[in-house]
Amino acid sequence: MPVRFPTIRPSEITPESVYLSRRALLAGVLAGAASTALPALEAPSPLPKLPYQPNAQLSVSEAPNKYDEITQYNNFYEFGVDKADPAANAHTLRPRPWSVAVQGEAEVTGTFNLEDLLKGQALEERIYRFRCVETWAMVIPWIGLPLAQLLARFKPNSRAKYVEFTTLQDPQQMPGQRSRVLEWPYVEGLRIDEAMHPLALMVVGLYGHVLPNQNGAPLRLIVPWKYGFKSVKSIVKIRFTATQPRTAWNVAAPNEYGFYANVNPAVDHPRWSQATERRIGAPFLAARRPTLPFNGYATQVAGLYAGMDLRRNF
Amino acid sequence: MTVTQRYRYIYKPVIFVLSLMPLLWLACGLFGWLGASLGADPVKKLEHELGKTALNLLLLTLAVTPLRLLLGNPHLLRVRRMLGLFAFSYVLLHFTVYVVLDLELNWRAVGSEIVKRPYITLGLLALLLLVPLAVTSTQRMMRRLGRRWHSLHRLIYPIAILGVWHFYWQVKRDVREPLLYAAILAALLLFRVLRRYGRPALTSKSGSATAPGRT
Repeated sequence: MPVRFPTIRPSEITPESVYLSRRALLAGVLAGAASTALPALEAPSPLPKLPYQPNAQLSVSEAPNKYDEITQYNNFYEFGVDKADPAANAHTLRPRPWSVAVQGEAEVTGTFNLEDLLKGQALEERIYRFRCVETWAMVIPWIGLPLAQLLARFKPNSRAKYVEFTTLQDPQQMPGQRSRVLEWPYVEGLRIDEAMHPLALMVVGLYGHVLPNQNGAPLRLIVPWKYGFKSVKSIVKIRFTATQPRTAWNVAAPNEYGFYANVNPAVDHPRWSQATERRIGAPFLAARRPTLPFNGYATQVAGLYAGMDLRRNF
Repeated sequence: MTVTQRYRYIYKPVIFVLSLMPLLWLACGLFGWLGASLGADPVKKLEHELGKTALNLLLLTLAVTPLRLLLGNPHLLRVRRMLGLFAFSYVLLHFTVYVVLDLELNWRAVGSEIVKRPYITLGLLALLLLVPLAVTSTQRMMRRLGRRWHSLHRLIYPIAILGVWHFYWQVKRDVREPLLYAAILAALLLFRVLRRYGRPALTSKSGSATAPGRT
């Protein structure tokens, strides 16, 4: 597997100063007042703000997508199969209070209140690329903590080869679960070394604020080098296992969606090409760009798959 | 007002405007008029809505003959050409958006998608088969081709099957909508089969085999 570093021409990146001045200009116009510059990555979210530190080292320098794009265009079949359904329907989800069951091959198991799990954990902002298996892509400023840091608290034992994550199952809160478009509850999983990789992020916020329901509140995974369906939302259960978990899309269509699902321009989906992607929000005729191996994170993660046939383990 | 006048001055203009509505609505979304929006991915939205409108019009075109016979109103035939030509126009727009806005005129990608993706192959085949039907849709061509016109225009059946199949094959998971289209198409085709081989009740009103609107 050839490993290439993401090549983004400097000319493609909107300089931060320009980007910020645009926002400031817009804010000034809208407020009808003299330019009140907005902070870099604050969004017009009605949800509470979160304390966080930006992690520049693990962030891409590309301009993030707009808050509206990230929150109005979602695949979250628990609220309907259309991209606009989650934003329209996710108000029925009650993300607080929330508890997470920890089970399986670990010393510390049980059911934990999410607030207790997050107490004392420093949150960081990471601006990651996001690549959907459907070939659209975004850049998103997530707020969260390293998954490894959270999982370490449960002291997984030596039999823990995989981690399985399960989404809430409750058709009252998630009306899309009344349709049997997928097997509910939604289950995803990672190999333990993937889960412990520093790029794997447990997310609780977006654009400086608490995560909106339609983006997987209150707790979701983000694995930026894998297709979006691996990044399971509204997690209620974490289970350490010795065997590979049965993951939702892999069960639904095993020839189309693999367990690994690493972003890979060289391995097409049986029905469409994965060689290129379209960046949401980009101007017409300038949105399509080449897809990068491991979504541009090859230097950091390719080592996890040394010696593996990524064509077979797609 | 005679029937001909009613069709010329009322029904046809109304159907013309109605057929343009989906396009106008998409244009509103594209330019942000009247508060309309195409969402975060306007290219996909355009592509899908144009494709679905084309299929809707194609199914409407195929519904003209059953409706005409069931309602016993031979004049309905007068709107069929317009519906068919609108269906063709939406297919063309759908394909144009795909090539220009989606694949951004990357002709190598267009070529490889057509060859490698069966659902694209089916869609393009349907488009190509529609071309001779659009070209021969005029009164003059109908007269010139005579009986052969009817044989040629039976192509609309495989075209409709290709179109619905193309829709079915490209959805990721939720096939309920394409299956609904398939069911409607199956009913419209079944009507023809029954009329030809089955119940005499359906055949009696249809007139001679060479009557316009045999398809």
